[in-house]
Amino acid sequence: MEHYNMNLTLKVWRQKSTNDEGAFETYDVKDISSEMSFLEMFDVLNERLIAEGKDPIAFDHDCREGICGMCSMYIDGRPHGPWQANTTCQLHMRAYKDGDTITVEPWRAKAFPVIKDLVVDRMAFDRIVQAGGYISVNTGNPQDANSILIAKDKADLSFANAACIGCGACVAACKNSSAMLFLSAKVSHLALLPQGDPERKSRAINMVAQMDKEGFGSCTNTGACEAVCPKEISITNIARLNYEYQRAGYLAD
Amino acid sequence: MLDAKIPAGPLDQKWTYYKGHCNLVNPANKRKLEIIVIGTGLAGASAAAALGELGYKVKAFCFQDSPRRAHSIAAQGGINAAKNYQNDGDSVFRLFYDTIKGGDYRAREGNVHRLAEVSGNIIDQCVAQGVPFAREYGGLLSNRSFGGTQVQRTFYAAGQTGQQLLIGAYQALERQVALGNVKQYSRHEMLEIVMVDGKARGIIARDLVTGKLERHFGHAVLLCSGGYGNVFYLSTNAMGSNVTAAWKAHRKGAYFANPCFTQIHPTCIPVSGDHQSKLTLMSESLRNDGRIWVPKKKDDNRKAVDIPEEERDYYLERRYPAFGNLVPRDVASRAAKERCDAGYGVGTSKQAVYLDYANAIQRYGEIEANKQGLHASAEEITKLGKAVVKEKYGNLFDMYEKITGENPYETPMRIYPAVHYTMGGLWVDYELMTTVPGLYSLGEANFSDHGANRLGASALMQGLADGYFVIPYTMGNYLAADIATKPISLDHPAFVEAEKSVSDRINQLMNIKGTKTVESFHKRLGLIMWDKCGMARNAKGLQEAITQIQQLKKEFWSDVRIPGAINEMNPELDKANRVADFLELGELMCIDALNRNESCGGHFREESQTEEGEAKRDDANFSYVAAWEYKGDHNWQMHKEDLKFEVAKPTQRSYK
Amino acid sequence: MKWSELFTSSIGKKLVMAFTGIFLISFLVVHVGINACIFADLFDPTENGEMFNRAAHFMGATVLIRIAEVGLFAGIILHIVQGLMLEVQNRSRRGKGYAVQMGNKGSKWYSRSMGLLGTLLLLFLVLHVSQFWWDSRVAHNLPEAGYDPSHHDLFLRMTETFQNPWLVVIYVLGCISLAYHLLHGFQSAFRTIGVHNNRYLKMLNSIGIGFSIIVPLVFALMPVSMHLGWVGLNN
Repeated sequence: MEHYNMNLTLKVWRQKSTNDEGAFETYDVKDISSEMSFLEMFDVLNERLIAEGKDPIAFDHDCREGICGMCSMYIDGRPHGPWQANTTCQLHMRAYKDGDTITVEPWRAKAFPVIKDLVVDRMAFDRIVQAGGYISVNTGNPQDANSILIAKDKADLSFANAACIGCGACVAACKNSSAMLFLSAKVSHLALLPQGDPERKSRAINMVAQMDKEGFGSCTNTGACEAVCPKEISITNIARLNYEYQRAGYLAD
Repeated sequence: MLDAKIPAGPLDQKWTYYKGHCNLVNPANKRKLEIIVIGTGLAGASAAAALGELGYKVKAFCFQDSPRRAHSIAAQGGINAAKNYQNDGDSVFRLFYDTIKGGDYRAREGNVHRLAEVSGNIIDQCVAQGVPFAREYGGLLSNRSFGGTQVQRTFYAAGQTGQQLLIGAYQALERQVALGNVKQYSRHEMLEIVMVDGKARGIIARDLVTGKLERHFGHAVLLCSGGYGNVFYLSTNAMGSNVTAAWKAHRKGAYFANPCFTQIHPTCIPVSGDHQSKLTLMSESLRNDGRIWVPKKKDDNRKAVDIPEEERDYYLERRYPAFGNLVPRDVASRAAKERCDAGYGVGTSKQAVYLDYANAIQRYGEIEANKQGLHASAEEITKLGKAVVKEKYGNLFDMYEKITGENPYETPMRIYPAVHYTMGGLWVDYELMTTVPGLYSLGEANFSDHGANRLGASALMQGLADGYFVIPYTMGNYLAADIATKPISLDHPAFVEAEKSVSDRINQLMNIKGTKTVESFHKRLGLIMWDKCGMARNAKGLQEAITQIQQLKKEFWSDVRIPGAINEMNPELDKANRVADFLELGELMCIDALNRNESCGGHFREESQTEEGEAKRDDANFSYVAAWEYKGDHNWQMHKEDLKFEVAKPTQRSYK
Repeated sequence: MKWSELFTSSIGKKLVMAFTGIFLISFLVVHVGINACIFADLFDPTENGEMFNRAAHFMGATVLIRIAEVGLFAGIILHIVQGLMLEVQNRSRRGKGYAVQMGNKGSKWYSRSMGLLGTLLLLFLVLHVSQFWWDSRVAHNLPEAGYDPSHHDLFLRMTETFQNPWLVVIYVLGCISLAYHLLHGFQSAFRTIGVHNNRYLKMLNSIGIGFSIIVPLVFALMPVSMHLGWVGLNN
């Protein structure tokens, strides 16, 4: 891989606090190595801003290896930037060339209010999980792990859904700001396992009710969520959630 | 001499005895008792959930925006448990023994045996919670082997075991939040322990969104705040991982044990330049199939594929014929460093070695061709082999390609050791209580179970053991005497004073208004630590490091520049608070490393090695835990806890 | 969960859209089948729409079908009203919008434009209903069919109507809107009602694509054929 340096123009959304109006600021960044990660490019810019006595850009990030789900930038019209199945922290600068202009915005959804600059509040996801995204077993002495047989394909599918990192890119990408991909991944993860069966009905009903309360939109199956999901969670899960929800609704007492 | 309060009796009866005799709190009283949990990784989330289930009133704090982001999530390989599902001779004793030996005989027998005993329950609990572990076609759980053991006892969920276990614990935690037993405080950072009458009775936390300081009361405080690998600046830890909570406890009287015990993981993606902000681990499982080599010629600038077989030095296979590429982490790391220091490193930085899959691809290709009964050409064999490797390690190879831009199926991966885990931490007794009454430490934040070197797939086991199966018992034993204690008013002078000290320190930091960024200090500290207190340490270097760190600390407190204001979201201020603590910890690590004039596990003192350059332990003089008491600026007093090995008799490790 | 909740939650509203959508799809099958009778003229030029007129008469002749017609209108209205409400509601969920739109990175334009396509179809429908259904079923002012005075000559009305090139263009545009609306709506409806087996989803997807091309195409051929005189009255 050839390494090269580049100069870029960044248009970044700046907003002091939730109630602040906010606006784009333009920054020129110089001598960015193609080996840097996108967030390291932001580190470089922030170091410069601090040296110049300006306020650095606030952005969420933590593990920087694509698994914690904290990073959340909407880059040139796509959550997590141009690469497929990727998080912002794993986006590297060789995706760009000298002279490029990059526009960076926060996730936009009423349910995800901006806290500062590119940082948004995603606590709505926690509250959705609180509504039923678990199996109600207390810690103690459950049966031996191998006494539950689970077919490999079911276990694998359940795992594929449990791989959701809760980053919120699906909401950011959806034209309706719907959280259905996130919710369906959780419901599917648990519905596909025998352990999750006893609470299938209440889980689907309560989690959907909470999602509605948080102010996410309805799903219209456009597929934008699936296209940007860093963990490639399938949109088929949304159909499964619809099934689970109706099953719960029709079979309710 | 420190007393770990290990129950009497034979090793395998201690925990049973303890459980049968510890004090209990009745359910009605549990509702009146409040517990503060700092950190929501495997240890914190599992502890908060388990204590909430028991009926205690729990407050769970994390600095991330959700408990689910804690860095346990990044653990890849797996979790050990002595289930013996594979019928290959595993047992509680064997897991105990492997862990003690792997830790180079610097861990406490009683704790480790308990860990092995509850390991099976963890798997049962996680499966009941819906953790989708890998399974066989028959529907049973699948196992794999990991470094340093001879049995298959590692349970896993692809390369994302930590994520799956954390989500299980997170869900259990959120369930308790929904039930009202746990209150969740995310984007909050603990900045002080509040002590009343010599006991930990609360914390001062900062709301990282508003910048406001908050007072929280608890009958007990649990620190589950993870490891301190970020003292090296570059590590596989998350950017936010820090020592602050543990350090505040340390300054309030909790002893810090074996701070110099650091695990350097041999297979990480090398540093690419000065801009580097963190390092990424490539799972240890890659060493199962990959071969590690460097060119035989110094400063060989040819491409890897252009270097013929006879000009390659498979140095691990050469030095350790018995274990080859599968030597434990500390040994593999040092060997890589030795080659690079001697001038055989590869890549632009020359600080890397090759991890080569060409051989494995060939081997798997041939097996596959055989299976399918094909008379395949060399090309087809390679293609078949690549497909097998992709299935086994695809996600890791993809990650490597994303970061480096190189295709690891075509050209060998470049790897180099990186700081990964810290075995040291707050000293705790058998009940996981620190030297401060009512203050507990769980998971990586404490020192107890891994000695001088942690075996792969043991960190997840320890975090969950502490949280799900140890603390619910030991907590009751302490709180049983505390049921009459009413919640202490937040206006108590101890709270007021603690908040003032935090607020003073923040003001002091903000008022320095110097010229250098927090990041620049952190980087400089990291360089000192890596050079002098990294993979190989010597007295001279450590002494230099101590002086340099002291100077750096002085400079930090007079010249750091923190933008923004106090009462707003200010990540630079958060970082400054953490780096200030790392600066103090770094010094203590060097002091501890200097004191421990032996080589054991991840700690390699150049003064203590065999003629062949292997680590040499000194059991006669150093078979103890060094627990450091904070005595004011740059001043620590060491307390020893002697390690007695009644069952696992120490032997020198050899992998030749 | 109450029935009302089941159909008013975010998923519930979509269920209403899906069920009415599938109902309307089934109506389209009937509609296109009956209207395709005009093409009998291609095989027998002296037929003069008799087959079509008889079929059309049948569709208004029995009580059962008139009741079904009420259901159809109810379905259409529900689909329209719920659709517009959802569109408005969903648009309001974003708050401040993006400066750079995602556009086609990840989704097809027509899947994001169901509201627009639906509105176009609504406008078309007003025109269409007033031109044919109203006169036939309410005003009863169509000429008598040659073969039976008790039947209307809807065929004649069609041939007259489609002499106007502008109307032909409008009808063809209406059919194109319908095609795109169906291209997304067909498979989306089945996803919404919970079909989540990948095999069936694939099958439904193919059927949906076929349906969205064939049905609107056949519809569009009607005004075109009549305008160009391929189908019409021959004395």
